[in-house]
Amino acid sequence: MTYSVPKIAGEVDTEVASGQTTSLWPLWEVFVRQKRGLSHVHAGSLHAPDAETALLAARDVYTRRVEGVSIWVVASADIVASDPDEAEAFFESIEKPYRHATHYEIPDEVGQM
Amino acid sequence: MSESKFWKLLAAEEKVEPSDWMPEAYRQTLIRQIAQHAHSEIIGMQPEGNWITRAPTLRRKAILLAKVQDEAGHGLYLYSAAETLGVTRDQLLELLHTGQQKYSSIFNYPTLSWADMGAIGWLVDGAAITNQVMLKRCSYGPYARAMVKICLEESFHQRQGYESMLALCNGSPEQKAMAQDALDRWWWPSLMMFGPHDSDSTHTEQSMEWKIKRVKNDDLRQQFVDMTVPQADYLGLQIPDPELRWNDERGHYDFGPIDWDEFWAVVKGHGPMSRDRVEHKRRAWEEGAWVREAAAQAALVPA
Repeated sequence: MTYSVPKIAGEVDTEVASGQTTSLWPLWEVFVRQKRGLSHVHAGSLHAPDAETALLAARDVYTRRVEGVSIWVVASADIVASDPDEAEAFFESIEKPYRHATHYEIPDEVGQM
Repeated sequence: MSESKFWKLLAAEEKVEPSDWMPEAYRQTLIRQIAQHAHSEIIGMQPEGNWITRAPTLRRKAILLAKVQDEAGHGLYLYSAAETLGVTRDQLLELLHTGQQKYSSIFNYPTLSWADMGAIGWLVDGAAITNQVMLKRCSYGPYARAMVKICLEESFHQRQGYESMLALCNGSPEQKAMAQDALDRWWWPSLMMFGPHDSDSTHTEQSMEWKIKRVKNDDLRQQFVDMTVPQADYLGLQIPDPELRWNDERGHYDFGPIDWDEFWAVVKGHGPMSRDRVEHKRRAWEEGAWVREAAAQAALVPA
């Protein structure tokens, strides 16, 4: 497979210990606004020593074409995330269809609503 | 999240995300594969970097610079994807520098003439796209997302390569001969990029079960040959395979046997450029140490 090198007979994989989080530079999340009027959308992440350098690096890594008009960088460590395993606590279940416009039948004669 | 949820996600063609439970072997396979992919992009800058100062026109030079810069970007997207599996970039670079993790063998061949820039874009990036389009459907979310971005940019790489070959083939007899020579040298290594036959591949089956890999090596290779032969015909170049012919019954091109001895020799580190590539990478890393230190110090100074 492209870019994946097959193992030589008898080759043992180098186990890469996970859970090590200390890296020289902190991680930043990059968001790009495609055009005025739209939200900034997550583009990826990168390492940089500070916010200013992160912004410069984001320009090289994520905006080499005409991707947009504005970049945000946010320290990854500052993001507070919900637990996907507890999605029910954060997202409404489908058992409440009356919260959706399509739940209501409006006679055709009334026209578009 | 539990093991049963993991398998349910795979069955439903949903993506596995970093915080989900996953089998340790799945995690290790992805770390190995994404790291190798990232290393390939980074090492892959060298064969092309070799010709930047000698590009024949300013336009070709700007194109080549943009392409090499893209490869650096691809390497960075992929290291980011690997890091979501709980490893650090420094760990992965160390494994590359000490030869414990490999990169694609294709980059262990030398770039001997300007025509190699065309041939690499057309063939090597063409083979890479064939594989990476498949990887967009990979079960691991961060890897699949990196592929979407990479595939868009690879398309520029392949098209500029083909256009460059076309310019040579429409040029003087010497230029056309140069294009033919490049095709002669890059054709078989490009076919080798798809890896061993599936019957000899130890990880194909497991990777397919985990939906990391979605198409078999031999099928991808056939796809690539079928796509590329007519392109070579259009250039008026001869693919260096006397057994290559259209098979009406199969609806595919038949092609000759791959030299697996050469393939394994290069995998084992005996490629023409194997030693130079890693040495150069290690030297660049060491010589750049002061830049990293200075940036870290500057970050400590209040703005």
